[in-house]
Amino acid sequence: MTNLKEIQQDIVEEFSVFEDWLDRYNYLIELGNDLPEIDPKYHTNEYLINGCQSKVWLHAELVDGKIEFKADSDAIIVKGIVALLVKVLNGRTPAEILENELFFIEDIGLRQNLSPTRSNGLLAMVKKMRLYAIAYQAKENRN
Amino acid sequence: MGFNIEQIRSDFPILQQQVYKKPLVYLDNGATTHKPRVVIETLRELQEIHNSSIHRGIHYLSEQMTGRYEAARETIREFINASSTSEIIFTSGATGSINTVAFSMGEKYVNKGDEILISEMEHHSNIVPWQMLCERKGAILKVIPFDNTGKLMLDKVDSLLSDKTRIVALTHASNSLGTINPVKEVIRMAHQRDIPVLVDGAQMVQHGEVDVMELDCDFYVFSSHKIFGPTGSGVLYGKEALLEELPPYQGGGDMVDQVTFSGTTYNTLPFKFEAGTTNYMGAIGLAAAIDYLRSVGITEIGQYENELIAYTLQKLKGIAGMNLYGNAVERISVFSFLLENIHPYDVGMILDKMGIAVRTGTHCTQPVMDHFGISGTIRASLVFYNTTEEVDRLTEGIGKSIQMLS
Repeated sequence: MTNLKEIQQDIVEEFSVFEDWLDRYNYLIELGNDLPEIDPKYHTNEYLINGCQSKVWLHAELVDGKIEFKADSDAIIVKGIVALLVKVLNGRTPAEILENELFFIEDIGLRQNLSPTRSNGLLAMVKKMRLYAIAYQAKENRN
Repeated sequence: MGFNIEQIRSDFPILQQQVYKKPLVYLDNGATTHKPRVVIETLRELQEIHNSSIHRGIHYLSEQMTGRYEAARETIREFINASSTSEIIFTSGATGSINTVAFSMGEKYVNKGDEILISEMEHHSNIVPWQMLCERKGAILKVIPFDNTGKLMLDKVDSLLSDKTRIVALTHASNSLGTINPVKEVIRMAHQRDIPVLVDGAQMVQHGEVDVMELDCDFYVFSSHKIFGPTGSGVLYGKEALLEELPPYQGGGDMVDQVTFSGTTYNTLPFKFEAGTTNYMGAIGLAAAIDYLRSVGITEIGQYENELIAYTLQKLKGIAGMNLYGNAVERISVFSFLLENIHPYDVGMILDKMGIAVRTGTHCTQPVMDHFGISGTIRASLVFYNTTEEVDRLTEGIGKSIQMLS
């Protein structure tokens, strides 16, 4: 498995072929559509990150020392970005997640989608993913 | 000057730019409007040459600025046809104006068990201040519903008014449905029971003539930034006799007559409601915007916008899967819609990258969204500097969005 830095570099490279914004969005729509469906039991308020404009659901669990993320959004382009985040962070150890910076979003020009004023749930989702890593790491250290 | 759309567009520097290498199509005027060059120049001139605090100095600059500020007040008075400048209070915006009335009316007239009547289509800024008042005083908030076309249910008003109603607060035009409300009729009904009425004109003054004397409203509020003026400024009109009776909202400099530690007497109107150093540049900038509007012609603007409304409705209704929210006959150029099985946020993102600025979400009217059981809409809000070509760009953008998203 490529490390967290390499997988982000791969995504940046993938996006570099798109000259037009709408092509980038088309690709995100594709990724959103391809994201495995989240178990309906996680489609509840408990897992909801309410972004006022669009909704994001996030579920995490620690399996063999690695975090498995499942996520969804009601807006398809947002879901495409969610899919990228899951692709990058899924199956990583808490330490890996916490040690690495997420640079790909900025590098593929989607940084504005993580601005607090966008209120699409994405910024809160990224924060929550890190919080899960912190919590699982603390739990592992206790055990 | 007459209505010359090319000339008008060239008066607004911001409209000349490109975004994402495409000419900007700005259809988010319900959120804020752009400033004509004359407003920008006025603000620059005030900063460069005239800056000085008002109502205080004996020196040249202060007198100049005070003169300009009070002249601005007269411009506003004339614009909405108030009877005296004592009735024109400069505030931070429509929100600031409503909070002033909610506080001062509440202190004076609202007690436990009293009622406040608003409508289902109010902007949050004409809901929350009243809810806060109700909480403070133990009063009850009542709501005039609208029907599924977005039209206010006027036949419900009479039964919602009671001898406990202390004020009615109603929007002149809805920011999310586009509906123009029959405020004059509601005012007449409320006045039969001696109940004062506040009209929220934030979405109306930029679209057509407003005459507060003819409406006979007790309060009228609007924001400068939605009528081509600077942000952070707004107006509260109130009938003089009513304003005289009300306690001030905020305390501070300029709103006082005599201050001692044993007590304070307040300044006369309108200064009683203008505590502290006001946003005098904003007020003067607003007056410059109104002078500009009047040079274009309020009637001409209204006529042009009516043509724009008809054209936009025809184009939008021609799109398959289009659901328009707000189909009242009396309307402003604000269009809220959803596309079948498509999330509004996705459409907003795609339109943005095509250079088209719209707003998506609840538009600070969550109860309106609840009425229709939806979580938000796409809103295109037009003013007199928009064109039918821009409406075409919008419909093309919607077509492209549908193609990408379905």
